[in-house]
Amino acid sequence: MQTYDLSDTHIVTPPEEIALSTHQLQVYYGNNRQASMTDASLSFPRFQITALIGASGSGKSTYLRSLNRLNDRIARVQGEIMYRNTNINSPKINVYEVRKHIGMVFQKPNPFAKSISENITFALKAAGITDRRERHQRVETSLKEAALWDEVKDDLNKSALALSGGQQQRLCIARAIAMKPDILLLDEPASALDPISTTKLEVTLKALTQKYTIIIVTHNMQQASRISAYTAFFHLGHVTEYDQTEKIFQTPKIQATHDYVTGNFG
Amino acid sequence: MTPNQTDRIATQVINVLVLIVVLILMFLLGDIILNGFPHISWHFLTSPSSPFSAGGGIRDQLFNSLYLLILTLIISFPLALGSAIYLAEYAGNNWRTGLIRTAIEVLSSLPSVVVGLFGYLLFVIQFHLGFSILSGAIALTFFNLPLLVRSIEGSLHAVPDTQREAGMALGLSSWRTIRSIILPAALPGILTGIILSAGRVFGEAAALIYTAGQSAPILNYADWNPTDGSSFLNPMRPAETLAVHIWKVNTEGVTPDAISISAGASAVLIIVILLFNFGARAIGAHMYKKMTGGK
Repeated sequence: MQTYDLSDTHIVTPPEEIALSTHQLQVYYGNNRQASMTDASLSFPRFQITALIGASGSGKSTYLRSLNRLNDRIARVQGEIMYRNTNINSPKINVYEVRKHIGMVFQKPNPFAKSISENITFALKAAGITDRRERHQRVETSLKEAALWDEVKDDLNKSALALSGGQQQRLCIARAIAMKPDILLLDEPASALDPISTTKLEVTLKALTQKYTIIIVTHNMQQASRISAYTAFFHLGHVTEYDQTEKIFQTPKIQATHDYVTGNFG
Repeated sequence: MTPNQTDRIATQVINVLVLIVVLILMFLLGDIILNGFPHISWHFLTSPSSPFSAGGGIRDQLFNSLYLLILTLIISFPLALGSAIYLAEYAGNNWRTGLIRTAIEVLSSLPSVVVGLFGYLLFVIQFHLGFSILSGAIALTFFNLPLLVRSIEGSLHAVPDTQREAGMALGLSSWRTIRSIILPAALPGILTGIILSAGRVFGEAAALIYTAGQSAPILNYADWNPTDGSSFLNPMRPAETLAVHIWKVNTEGVTPDAISISAGASAVLIIVILLFNFGARAIGAHMYKKMTGGK
């Protein structure tokens, strides 16, 4: 594999309103001295899609999972994660509250072994929404936002596990947005889906930017260029380049980024 | 030899080994059921045993076995569930967890006579519980715990980690995720584990001889007050179970028709255990379908 100078970076700060930003984020797994993620400083613009790209093991998923403190049990995360002028990486922060504001959708669809509507109402009940009508309203709104409503509106009491993979993934998105988060993190949400489901998912994500800030990890560079406004390229645990998506794909400033997006990498 | 030939020989050897196992099982089951079935009658199942004359039944022994089983499960299930949740969800991968696992393994390999004598000394004598269903249930808990802990832990592990992540990402606490997502998803496996362990408990004899006792006092099935001495629900009364009865009529008993009684009782025992096993599968499959299907 060709070696690149890791200190050679190009990272912009978007001029738009910033929804979430990290400063010098470092992630250490287990007792490792070697950081799996070094000095990641990125700012994510509000109501936009930002894509995180890079080879397997480049640290993009590690970075993403740190943003809603999902790495708490398995890794040490140092540095600041600023959300609404608060450092949510501080130990004093209520992580359960953080996760209600920053939702997440995973690589493999992971609906609960419950009915379609219970998949959504379950966390709402746990969050203390006692009004049945309010919960049902949220089921409908979130399923509509996730573009699943028309396909399941007559089967809300059927098991979610009977849905297709693409439908399950959109249900997981509905489940996440029913909590009315600010930010939605998606970890390769289309990697287990067929091309038609992927297209549907991308259209859904585009529509969701009206209300949500989206950060998505993807292996699919076409996907990144199709849907995102900004793109960050990760390499060996470093953020190498961060800029507007078209600049990353058409006129990258860093050699490693250029080689990766043109397919001459490794 | 070509790879093809080696493969054929290996397959045949394995087939023969499996055949031997199946034949032994079929022979045992067939022998017990064929010999015992003619002795099973409504009268046999519903009349009390008569130690000194022929024609006694197994009503009280059968009931005792079931009652003991229920008491054992009431004691052992909460303990096992707690330990299994700890081991599967909370315990770190360290020497302490290893020690707990080893302790559970050792518990499952204790000879039942030893557990029986231990129970006799500790519960029957020391704690003044006497020969009673309660003493027997506590002794049986020792056997049941390792089986239950292992099967529940296995069922919990079989629930994919992505489910835990899903719960966490929605802002749920670990406990809430375990209670409302992981446990329901693991329920079919847990139920199967309970029913299979019930079969083991149902057939146990040695540990009960010294704890639940070998006498079957006259029971009053109309007395629902568990504190009455003769009530069938009284957990402090001595209670001979089916398996102990089989052992007893063949060794110490003077019953004239001991052979037909033990043949019939053995068949009943085996049939009940088989029912447990089939029931476990049916319930597990049904629940799995209910959760995943709905199509």
